[in-house]
This record gives sequence, structure tokens and C-alpha cells, in this order.
Amino acid sequence: MAATTMAQALNRALRDAMTADERVLVFGEDVGQLGGVFRITDGLTRDFGEQRCFDTPLAEAGIVGFALGMAMGGFKPVVEMQFDAFAYPAFEQITSHVAKMRNRTRGHLSVPMVIRVPYAGGIGGVEHHCDSSEAYYVHTPGLKVVSPATVDDAYTLLREAIDDPDPVIFMEPKKLYWSKEDIELRHIDEPLGHAAIRRHGKDATLIAYGPSVPVALQAAEAAAEEGVDLEVVDLRSLVPFDDDTVMRSVRRTGRCVVVQEASGFAGFGAEIVARIQERCFHSLAAPVIRVSGFDIPYPPPMLEHSHLPSVDRVLDAVDRLQFTDEPDHRYLTGAHS
Amino acid sequence: MSDHLATDLLPSATPVRYLAEDGTPVDGPAGYTQPSVEELKDAHRRMVVGRRFDAQSTALTKQGRLAVYPSSRGQEACQIAAAMVLREDDWLFPTYRDSMAMVSRGMDPVEVLTLLRGDAHCGYDPNAARVAPQCTPLSTQTLHATGLAYAMRRKGTDSAVLALIGDGATSEGDFHEALNFAAVFEAPVVFLVQNNKYAISVPLDKQSAAPSLAYKGVGYGVRSEQVDGNDPVAMLAVLHKAFEHARAGRPFLIEAHTYRIEAHTNADDATRYRDSAEVDRWLDADPLARLEKHLRNLGVLSDEDVAQAQAEGERLAADLRSRMNAEPHLDPMTLFDHVYARPTTQLVEQRDLLAAELKAQEG
Repeated sequence: MAATTMAQALNRALRDAMTADERVLVFGEDVGQLGGVFRITDGLTRDFGEQRCFDTPLAEAGIVGFALGMAMGGFKPVVEMQFDAFAYPAFEQITSHVAKMRNRTRGHLSVPMVIRVPYAGGIGGVEHHCDSSEAYYVHTPGLKVVSPATVDDAYTLLREAIDDPDPVIFMEPKKLYWSKEDIELRHIDEPLGHAAIRRHGKDATLIAYGPSVPVALQAAEAAAEEGVDLEVVDLRSLVPFDDDTVMRSVRRTGRCVVVQEASGFAGFGAEIVARIQERCFHSLAAPVIRVSGFDIPYPPPMLEHSHLPSVDRVLDAVDRLQFTDEPDHRYLTGAHS
Repeated sequence: MSDHLATDLLPSATPVRYLAEDGTPVDGPAGYTQPSVEELKDAHRRMVVGRRFDAQSTALTKQGRLAVYPSSRGQEACQIAAAMVLREDDWLFPTYRDSMAMVSRGMDPVEVLTLLRGDAHCGYDPNAARVAPQCTPLSTQTLHATGLAYAMRRKGTDSAVLALIGDGATSEGDFHEALNFAAVFEAPVVFLVQNNKYAISVPLDKQSAAPSLAYKGVGYGVRSEQVDGNDPVAMLAVLHKAFEHARAGRPFLIEAHTYRIEAHTNADDATRYRDSAEVDRWLDADPLARLEKHLRNLGVLSDEDVAQAQAEGERLAADLRSRMNAEPHLDPMTLFDHVYARPTTQLVEQRDLLAAELKAQEG
């Protein structure tokens, strides 16, 4: 079996969805002849024709608003926002209309569309090419938000997103586009909303999604060498959120670190931590800790490694999970010291 | 690049007009087919009924039956012509100020006003009415209209879409993106800008320095025209032409020069930004009086015709009054029904929480 990259798996998902359902259309900036700046739509125009995969004018609100109209007309658009920060011009269309049309019309109009957003950093990109923008979308009722961390999931989740009757923000971790797996891609008929346990462990749970999953797995391997057995939960779907898998894991281990690339303040990780302490308080042996990017605008490419959550930063957080009874001096400063 | 000459796209130097303010015919531009007498009589009847609907809706705000009502009094020629040129299979994308056009299209006035009463965001099934939800954000629906128009053309129909916006909304980016997408994708869509001179309080000269808002289409390759929006003959003539054009896959932009006689809504105080003399001048340019004079001059409109139209308006108003006086049925439990096709587990939990709260209130 030949190794498949995440980029190839996404391309296969688009191809297979277009073959399965002629209502599926792919459009956006540079997705036609070029095949997209990351080549995710490579060959689709050639193989399906310009009616099925086409370039649009360079206007993101236009792309999303136009797609909403096409969805009203019976199509299933899959649109590409070229980069995370380039999706912001479409924010009003996404939050005010795509997310709300079903609710506004009491179910008469649905918007089955997928908005693909290449996101997050780690590729040496310039300032507006590296944002982790998931918090904006997960905070908007009516949207589903998913992010694959594996090649297998890139295919599975994109097929599920296209099949979904609701609008899905599909967040693709750019730095994993070239990750490879020997895998046979299969279409699983399963609704969105299921997390996966990527590594079983008994001492603490690491919760991650998208680009942070490989970091969490590496941290778990490193911790194992020190005799600490970590479980790694890959959320896969941010909305709907799989409370069940997360809470079961944390209740088992009693300790938890949440890892995200995005800035920490008011980020999605904060929601996860809040949910855990609301539901698992008596199972917790230590405060749940967040590991995140800093609360700074995305740094220049030569400094991004200082910003992004590293294996060491995750391991440092694990060390603070009060496995022994020594006080954590980080939280014992000022008036409390 | 398109092989259109820019001159093919340019609007007339002055607004297209076939009736002077006193109702006498004037020489308008060639190239438009003027509506028949029968069509004008129908327009007259609809304008009488539409104006009565508008007045009744304003009255309902004073009685507390509507939270708010943005009146289109003075814009009847635009509203009625918009409803009249649409075929049953066409789609209308209205704003909050276009209730009159929706009612004239044949929709139930109560369903139209449900949004403004406040018990639902949209009181009707858009697919059944072929009318999109009334749009509150400005110009965002022009993109939806363009996408739907393109979708209909892709399906091989010759249905078309009419997107309504106001003068202020032409400053929004989405309007420009919609014009561009419509031209590039040859979408059968007509954009009708009702330039009623004010965006709430901001006058047109602070909104745009364009010689006409219709010029905004030319740069995108969209054929454009400006028209006297208080001349029902010109409105119908230009809209018919625009739809003929759109059905052939070429979008069309119209600026209709009209005037908002009432304040922005009942919550607005128009005396803070315009004087009554200006309003009086526009009352003299009233579109309904203009058409009535024209039809009477032609000898095709009798007192009985006028009385019949007025009686139809009164019946609609009485029915609307009585039905809007009934308390709407409200069920908080439905708040969770349509966020997604199926509620998430989190929404199910929250629905249970609300159910418990409601039960506690009952007890």
C-alpha cells in the first residue's frame, strides 16, 4: 500500500463526494486550473469539468454568500478560503447567514455547505497565513466545526462534512498537509461529533485537536519514557462536542491537560476546561491545565517556534498535575505566597 | 475581458421618465416598451391596496402590535412594479422595507409582518413563496440572490431573481461583490436600488459621490439604468427590460429615484435631519396620484374603479387588524428545534434545563 498524504486524502474525499453526488460543487480562489495553493483541489477541474470545480473572483464574502444562494438552489457547495486570515472578510456571511438560515426560517431553508479553512501555523508562513481561528466559529450556534489530525480522518471527516445537512467549517491543519500514512481510505457513514482516543493511558489525559494532536502524542511517548502513562484524546469534531468521550477519559485518569495552538485567552480550550470541571470535579486530582499559543498576534516565521505549544511545554504542564504533594509555585505568587 | 462597450452598459443621463409629476406623458427614451393600460390599471389597484397596507402597519406599531415597522410610503411605484414583474417561478430577495412588495406578490400580510411582530424571524416558508427571508443586514442578500440565480440557470430554467436594496446599502462591500459575481457568472439577477435619499439619517450626498448609483454597475460589466422611481410607467418599463435582459443571463442594475415619506421606522425622528418643506415637495411627486391622473386623463379609470381598489385595501386592513390583534402562539421549547437538523447533545441538555425552568414557573 502506498503512503498517502493528508493533502491527497482531502483531494480523494472531494473526488469521491463529487462522484457520489452531482450536486457537490467545489469553488474558490485558485482552486481550478492551479488546483489550489496547497493543491487540495488538484485535477478536479480537469476531471470533473469547469461546471463542477471553478475559480471565483477574489472576494471571500462573495464566495460564501454566493455559495449560500447556490445551496438555496439545491447545490452542495464546498468552498475554499485560501488561508485562515483570508476568511475574515466572509465572517459576516458565515456568522449572520450561513449559521442562522435554518433557524431563521424554522427549518424551511437549510445550508448544506462546507467551508474549508487551511489554518494554524508551523509552516513558516507570513503573518496572515497562520491563524488558529477556530474560536470564532465554535462560538457561533448553527455551525459545525471539525479539524482532522490524521490522514485517515482528513478523508473521513471531509466526506462526513459534505454529507452533513448543516454548514460545516472544515479546518485543515496546514502543517499536516504533507504528513503520510499507509492507509486505505474508506467512507464511513457516521454523523460528525465523535472524538477518538489516539493513545490509551492511565495517569493523565491530554486533549488536543488538529495540529496539536501529533504534539500531544509525541509528549505522551516522551512521558512514557519517564514512567508517566498519558492518554491522548483527539477531538476531531469541536462542534458537536463529544462530552462523553472526554469526560469518561478524564474520570478514568483524574488529571488533564488541554493543548491548542491558538492563543489561550477565551479560546476553545477554556471551554473544554470549564466543561470538565463542571462535570468531573470529584474525579479530578489536580486543576486542569491549558497549554496554548501565547496571547500575541501571530509571530514572524523565524520566531513561531517560540510561540507554538511544544512537546516540552506540554510535558511541563504534565509535571504540574500534582502527582506529588508539592505546591506549584507558579500559582503561589504575590499575596498568596 | 467582456466585449461589451462601456456605452452599452451606461445608464441614461437623466432618470427614465414617461409621466411628469402632474401625470401628463413626456417623451421618454426609446428602447423600453411601455406597459399596457390594463397593466397600469392593475398597478393602480395594487398601489392603492399597498398604501393602505402600509398605513395599517404603521398604525399597528402605535397599538403595540408590531415592535417596529419600516414604512415604504412614497415608494409604492417601486414596490408594486417589483411585485408585478416577477413570475411565479422567480425569486424575490427583500429587505425589511419591502413588505408592501411581498404582500403585492400575494403573500399573507400576517406572515410578512411576523418578523416585525417579533414571534419568529421569518413568518413564511421561503421556498413556497419564492421569497427569501427579509434581510436586516445591508446588501448581504444580494450575494444570496446572485448565487440562487446562478443555481437556477445551471438547472436550465429561465427563472430570474430580483434583489432589493436601498441607497445606503450600495456602500457595502457585499453589493459590489454581488455585482461582480453576477456579471462573471452570468447570473439572471436584477438589482433594484430604491434610492429614497436617506440611510436612516444620512443623506445621499454623504453616502456617494457617484453621478448616479446606477454607475456602480458599469465597472463590473453590469448594464445599468436610472429611473424616476415615482413614475409607475417608467418603473414597469425599465423592470420589464431588466428581466428580459436577466433571463438571457445578463444581470441588470436599476437605480430608482424615490423618497421615503415616513421616518426610517416608527422609532426614528426624521425632523432631526430633514425639514418638512422637503417632504412636502416629494408629496407633490406622489406616484399614486401621478398614475391616477394619467389613467383618468386617458379615460380608463372610473370613480368606481378607484372605490373598488379602496374597498379592497380596507378589507385587507380590517383583516390584518383583527388577525394581528390575536396573541401569537409562543412555545419557548421550539427555540432549539432548528439550530441544526438534529440538536446536539448540548442543546438537548439545555432544552431539558429550559423545560425544568418553565415547569417551575408553572408550579
